[in-house]
Amino acid sequence: MKIIVCAKQVPDTNEVKIDPVKGTLIRDGVPSILNPDDANALEAALELKDRYPDTSVSIVSMGPPQANYMLRECLALGADDAVLLSSRAFGGADTCATSTTIAAGIRKIGNYDIIFAGRQAIDGDTAQVGPQTAQRLGIPSVTYVQKIREVKTGSVIVERQLEDGYEVVEVSTPCLLTCVKELNTPRYMTVDGIENAYKAQIPAWTEIDVNLKPEDCGLKASPTQILRSFAPDPKGKGEILTGSVKEVAASLVSKLQAKHII
Amino acid sequence: MVFSEKHELIRQLARGFAETELTKDILDEIEETGVYPPELLAKMGKAGFFGIKTPKQYGGQGSDYISYVIVLEELGRVSAVTDIWVSAPNSLGGGPLMLAGTEEQLQKYLVPVATGKGIMAFALTEPDAGSDAGGTVTTATEDGDYYVLNGRKTFITTAPVADWSIIYARTDLTRKDSRGISAFIVDMKLPGGSVGKAEHKMGIIGCPTSDIILEDVRVHKDDMLGEKNRGFQNAMKTLDIGRIGVAAMSIGVAQGALDEAIKYSKQRKQFGKSISEFQAISFMIADMATKLQAAKELVYRAAQLKDAGSSEAGVAASMAKYYATEICNEIAGKAVQIHGGYGYIKEYKVERIYRDCRVFTIFEGTSQVQQMVISSALLKK
Repeated sequence: MKIIVCAKQVPDTNEVKIDPVKGTLIRDGVPSILNPDDANALEAALELKDRYPDTSVSIVSMGPPQANYMLRECLALGADDAVLLSSRAFGGADTCATSTTIAAGIRKIGNYDIIFAGRQAIDGDTAQVGPQTAQRLGIPSVTYVQKIREVKTGSVIVERQLEDGYEVVEVSTPCLLTCVKELNTPRYMTVDGIENAYKAQIPAWTEIDVNLKPEDCGLKASPTQILRSFAPDPKGKGEILTGSVKEVAASLVSKLQAKHII
Repeated sequence: MVFSEKHELIRQLARGFAETELTKDILDEIEETGVYPPELLAKMGKAGFFGIKTPKQYGGQGSDYISYVIVLEELGRVSAVTDIWVSAPNSLGGGPLMLAGTEEQLQKYLVPVATGKGIMAFALTEPDAGSDAGGTVTTATEDGDYYVLNGRKTFITTAPVADWSIIYARTDLTRKDSRGISAFIVDMKLPGGSVGKAEHKMGIIGCPTSDIILEDVRVHKDDMLGEKNRGFQNAMKTLDIGRIGVAAMSIGVAQGALDEAIKYSKQRKQFGKSISEFQAISFMIADMATKLQAAKELVYRAAQLKDAGSSEAGVAASMAKYYATEICNEIAGKAVQIHGGYGYIKEYKVERIYRDCRVFTIFEGTSQVQQMVISSALLKK
């Protein structure tokens, strides 16, 4: 089986602050990490590799050269090889242009059975690149995969997470599955894996390598226009009412009346 | 020191492991029961922590001393006893084998040690031979294809749970000095071998230490490690390496103490403000951080020299062990001081840190022995 995993290097938003004026992320001094949902996607691939030893796992990412660090981490976790789509032409891409580039990279790798992607990246939270990539490749996709029930010849049966439960979907391969964190617990790297990761070559592909024209990539191919981004005003501090149900209800009614809500 | 990306990734692995696995609940339980969870040891084995610099063909990870230092530093920052479990197979358990083992011995013993499938203790110290290990009185008398071992080893880390132990015993009974000692790999299940009761220690609870008693234990000649009568050199070279490990633990544990001191000093309010706003406290923190950084540089340098195969590595390791263990105790003491009465209570991390690090200036060569090593290297030139 051949598996491709889409991964992205993102700023660790646990440590990121938002510029109150520009409404953008302040990235200075913020560590970059493997996007958490992508770690689940990679783990899903590695678990299949554990189960079916003749499986190969390739990582594909689009990003600046420093994303190589994240790709080395993926190799140290157990991926067989990785490729970075990196070019000035890819800069400023929205999800539409990103998925064009990722799909072109995947086409070049070729011959895959399953593509795993994270549900969404913590920097943009769009959850669009996975399904868009599937569409560009002309393959089915299942989003929010929380469990892989069975891998059969020519199809996989998965559980798709819903707000109030899950649905069971059988999807023919090749397909793209986007993963949620409930799917698994990512493993640790190993010291040996890290040693090997730094002996590996990670090719960098530009638009020429993946047969794209510069106008199909990056900002030029991004229809999304951001009018304004802003940090929502922080909510006021909440108040917890105490006392008997009757007292609390009475107090709540008078407070809501005072604010002219009721 | 500026680390390579590879070593940064090693740090990320060790830090992530420590922060996820070594939770307060688990550490408290270890402290209470004295038992280190086997499943945690299995996870560390899987991550490759037991054979960091052991060659790959012997089950190891084929990495280097810098990686070894980083792993001990990051795990020790959260749990000192975890460092003992990690350093044992890398250093005192695996070290003598890597220095002198035959191919057969390496396959038989080093592979399980480096993968966490077996535990090898290191038994040099005796009741009357500590810093003066040349005074070993345990004997090994030749009898056909066997050596018959008699004697008592003391303060042996992991002895109660070990599968095998490297035992240093006198094979040349005509001598009373460091020559005439040989090393043996002894199966702990051999008739005549037994272990004493686990010691009640001040700290490092969760990794048992006991005596090993040898009464007519017959060890096959194939299990002699290295050349006959050259065992003392093997032990000294092992300890030479071991020092980097204890120094690495010290900078990790000291970092843990400093982290706690900074956190607490900002939370604790007296006289209407955080105690961190008082110069008496803030300057103490400045001193702790500066000395810790100096210690770190000594440890990284020793590791770097060792990786480069430099002849200066031995003295550098002694300097690193001497300074890092001493300032670790100083920093732990100050961290307790900053915590005031709360630092004396087991609820607070610094109480354990204070007890755990006390042994660092003692085991694997006391500070005074390090001073002997450093000064003799300078004065004998």
